[in-house]
Amino acid sequence: MQHLGFSHNKIKIGSFDFTCCEGCQLQLANRESTLPAFLELLDIRNFREISSEKHDDYDIALVEGSITREDEVERLKTIRSNAKVLIAYGSCACFGGVNSLKNRFPLEESVKEVYGEKQIDTLPVRRVSDIVHVDFSIPGCPVSKEEVERIVVSVVTGSMIGLPKYPVCVECKQKLNTCLFDLGEICLGPITRAGCDAVCTTGKTPCLGCRGPAEDINFTSFTELVTEKQLPVDDMNEKLGFYNCFEEFRHDKS
Amino acid sequence: MIYKVIAKPEFEKFIDALVKANLSYGPQQVDTDKDGNPIYQFKEVKAVGDIAFDYTATASSAKHFLTPYRETLSHFTFANGDWEQDISYDSKPLVLIGLRPCDISAINILDDVLLNEHFPSPYYLARRKNTFIIGMDHLPLPDCFCKSLNHHTVTTGFNLFCSDIGDKYYLSINSSKAYNYLKEFDIADPTDEDDCKLIDRRKLIKQSFKTDVEVTGLPSFLDIEFDSPIWTKWGDKCLNCGTCAMVCPTCYCYNMEDRPDIDLKGSSRQKQLYSCNLVDFAEVAGGHNFRPKNGDRLKYRYYHHYLGFAENDNQPICVGCNRCGRACLADINPKDVINDLRMEKESCMICVSPSPDKT
Repeated sequence: MQHLGFSHNKIKIGSFDFTCCEGCQLQLANRESTLPAFLELLDIRNFREISSEKHDDYDIALVEGSITREDEVERLKTIRSNAKVLIAYGSCACFGGVNSLKNRFPLEESVKEVYGEKQIDTLPVRRVSDIVHVDFSIPGCPVSKEEVERIVVSVVTGSMIGLPKYPVCVECKQKLNTCLFDLGEICLGPITRAGCDAVCTTGKTPCLGCRGPAEDINFTSFTELVTEKQLPVDDMNEKLGFYNCFEEFRHDKS
Repeated sequence: MIYKVIAKPEFEKFIDALVKANLSYGPQQVDTDKDGNPIYQFKEVKAVGDIAFDYTATASSAKHFLTPYRETLSHFTFANGDWEQDISYDSKPLVLIGLRPCDISAINILDDVLLNEHFPSPYYLARRKNTFIIGMDHLPLPDCFCKSLNHHTVTTGFNLFCSDIGDKYYLSINSSKAYNYLKEFDIADPTDEDDCKLIDRRKLIKQSFKTDVEVTGLPSFLDIEFDSPIWTKWGDKCLNCGTCAMVCPTCYCYNMEDRPDIDLKGSSRQKQLYSCNLVDFAEVAGGHNFRPKNGDRLKYRYYHHYLGFAENDNQPICVGCNRCGRACLADINPKDVINDLRMEKESCMICVSPSPDKT
C-alpha cells in the first residue's frame, strides 16, 4: 500500500468481544460504501463477525465489551500479551456500559432475577482498563464506524490519533437543533465528548453520555444548571449512570 | 439607494415568485419552548406561506450560509509519487429572507474579515457574491442590545431592506438586481405620509430597547482588567461547550484537518468552525495548551469581540444580537459580563476616594 510515496504494511488485527451485544463489532462490518477499502487496510487475524479464520498473531487487538466473568479476565490477559496495541472500543469496554447497572444490586439478587435458580458464574462489571493496560479507547454505544475508520487510517499512516475534546453541543448547534434544555429536558450534551455528530439530540432524544466525559468538563456548573432550571436531579443522576461513564465525577460529589 | 413602497399582499407575491425560482431560506418556527415561546431558525422555504414574517429572532444566525460550520476546502489525489489538488468554489445562488439589521451588520463584519483584507477567502467570496439578501426591521426583544453597538439600523450589505410601515413595506433597494425583480411588481414612490411613517417606525424601534450595554471606552477597560477576578468568576460558570460561538453571527474562528481517504489514494482538507471557549482551542503541537483555564478562554472571546477588533479595525465584532446570551446554559451574557467589569472598576477603592477639599 502506498500513501504519499510511503509504503505501509497491512495491520494485523484481531477483534474480540466480551460482555456486550457485539453491536460495535457489527458496526465495523457495516457501511458498505467504504467496507472494501477498510478491509484492504487490514489483515484480519481473528474477527468472528468478518472471518472464520482464527490466529493469535495480531498487532492490534480491538476489545469490545465489559468484563464480568473470571474466564473473561484470563482471556483478556492473553489477548493483551499477544497484542502490541490494545484498543478498547464501545462504551462497555471503555466504561462498563449499560451492563454496569448490575453493580447497583447484590450479585445474587441480579442472578436470581434473570436466571432463577440456575447457577451462573458472574462478577461485578469491570471496564477493560480495570484489568489490563489500554493503549487507546474509542467510546460510543455503538462506536461510530466513521471514527473507527479515521483512527485505523491514522494508525496505518502513522499520523496523530485523537478524539474530539469538546462536548456534543458543538455538533448539535452546527445542526441548528433546538437545545433540549429549552424543551425542559436534561441532556448530557454539554459534558459529553463529541464525535457522534449529535445523532441522538438531532432526533430530539437527550444525550445519555455514551461517549463519556469531554475533556476538562465543568461538572459543577452542569449540576448547578440542572438545579437552577428546577429539573429533577433524579433524572440527571439516572442519565449520568446509564452508561457508567461519569462515575469519577459522581463520586466527587458524594 | 432607491426607495419604494409596496403593499403587503403585493410584497408576498414578489417573495413567492422569488422563492419559487430560487433556493431560498427564511425564518420558520421549528419548536415551541417549555414556556410556550416559539423558536425560530432560518430554514429552506418553498413558498411565501413557509415564511414566518412576524418572527422575533432566530436561535442561530445566518453566518453558516456564507461560512459553513463544516466544509471541504479541497481534495488531494496522490499518484505516481506526486499529488494534485482539486479545489472548487462553486456556490449555488441563494436567497436569504428576513435578516435583521444586526444579522446584515454581522455579514458586513465578516466581509471585512474574509474579503476586504489582504487575503480574501475565495470560498467566502463565491458564496457572498451569489447570495441575495432581503432584510426586515423588527421591534427589539427585551434583551437585544444592538443599539448600543449602533447596529439597530443598517445601510449596506443587503440587496433589499424592508421596513414595516403598517399595510405597506418601505423598501430600501440597494442593488440593480433587486430593482429589476421589483419592477415586475406593483411598487410606488413613497408619499410624504409613507416617509413620516418610516420615521415613526424608526423612532419606535429606537425607543423600544430595554437593554443597554455601555461600550464606550470598552477596549481600554478590557486592557486594564486583564487580571480581573471577574474572568475567573464567569469562567467558573462556563461549560466550555462552544455554543456561544456556534450561534454567534460573527464568530468565524475555525479548525483545519487533513483527512486521508480510507483507500489512502487521496486526502481531503476540512474546515470546521471552532470556538475559543473549547478546551483545545489554544493547544499546540506537543500538547502545550496556552489557555488551559476556562476564565482565560472566556476572556479571550471577549477580547476578540470587544478589544482586538475594536483597536485594529475600529469596530467591535459583536453586533448585540445576544444570541450567545440566550443560548448559554450557564447564563453568561455580554451585558452582565461587561457590566460586571465596569462595576468592579467603579467600586475600586482607589478610584472612588474623594478628591481633597478646596480650601
